[in-house]
Amino acid sequence: MSRVFELIIIGAGPAGITAAVYASRQRLDTLVLTQDVGGQAGISGDIENYTGYQFITGPELVKKFEEHLHKYDIQLKEEEKVIRVSKEDDLCVVKSEKEIYKSKTVIIASGKRSKELNVPGEKEFKNKGLTYCATCDGPLFSKKIVAVIGGGNSALDAALQLIKIAKHVYIINITSQLAGDSIMRQKVTDSNIVTILNDSQVKQVLGDKMVNAIKIRKLQPQRPQIATAETAEEQIIDVQGVFVEIGLIPNSEFTKGIEKNEFGEIKVNSRNETNIRGIFAAGDVTDVPEKQIIIAAGEGSKAALSAFRYLAQSN
Amino acid sequence: MAKRVIVYSTPTCPYCIRLKQFLADNNIEFENLDVSTNEQAAEEMVQKSGQMGVPVLDIDGEIIVGFNRERISKALGLI
Repeated sequence: MSRVFELIIIGAGPAGITAAVYASRQRLDTLVLTQDVGGQAGISGDIENYTGYQFITGPELVKKFEEHLHKYDIQLKEEEKVIRVSKEDDLCVVKSEKEIYKSKTVIIASGKRSKELNVPGEKEFKNKGLTYCATCDGPLFSKKIVAVIGGGNSALDAALQLIKIAKHVYIINITSQLAGDSIMRQKVTDSNIVTILNDSQVKQVLGDKMVNAIKIRKLQPQRPQIATAETAEEQIIDVQGVFVEIGLIPNSEFTKGIEKNEFGEIKVNSRNETNIRGIFAAGDVTDVPEKQIIIAAGEGSKAALSAFRYLAQSN
Repeated sequence: MAKRVIVYSTPTCPYCIRLKQFLADNNIEFENLDVSTNEQAAEEMVQKSGQMGVPVLDIDGEIIVGFNRERISKALGLI
């Protein structure tokens, strides 16, 4: 029979890494399977609300997390895409694209990924001017005209990074006003190179070899969902860069038999238990309110302690 | 003879950091071009790879976009 781990953690963002640190301090035989280290935190810009750090960038914070993780003897496998998690004969079975692993408990901390616009031109121009990662690709757009699509915290974060380098930043927001932290909103609205277009929806990404424009449609503010051909104004804006920041969707497709809410988030109780015994979940992939790095980290620690208790009771 | 390895990267992109770490761990010498400050390198990268995402790796003319460990290992003869 193949090796049975005490715990498999899926994901190595703030929740997964913190769970791994706690698990190893409880001396659980743990395996971490992940596609990358850091997750969404790794592509965050400036972080000013993680206690203990008045200011740190996403990549720097992830580096700290990783150093902390490697202080312990933890098995970490990167570039492992998990395609199925299930429970069979009292054991958890985790199937990745490469292998099948077995364990007594699982913590799902697979986080979220960027939502796509689903408009013509989006796939075609991905990485050809269109990107989902301002932190990664932002610097390539220095002195260029760019558009940030979205109106929440991640859109504001992207806009704030781009204000420092771009020639002009359009913010294309589908609602009638920006959401997100008021400090960030203030910084964005104070900038003289920002144009905010509210009640506006992107209809198409245009270009030749690379992006050169977007087509947007003005919505009726009171009735945004029912803009008709007569009421809607279409407008072409010349831009060389498009940053899509319209929110996130949970990486929970691989779970079978685990209860989720209407958004696809895994339902957990206050002990991070799912509806299946021995399978726990933590962080952005769950229905826990507020998606924040510090919350994900805290949830990861709770999930590890719950898994430890579960193992202690079942042995 | 050792292959000529060029990394096109930005200082903030996490995959660039991991790629450079991976090369260093495997004792691969490489030239790092920061496309956020070096405009000529940025243009060169777009021309070579036909896209604007970082990191881009040039291993003796073989262009690899992103931190694809398996492809990189193959191109470098590590596996």
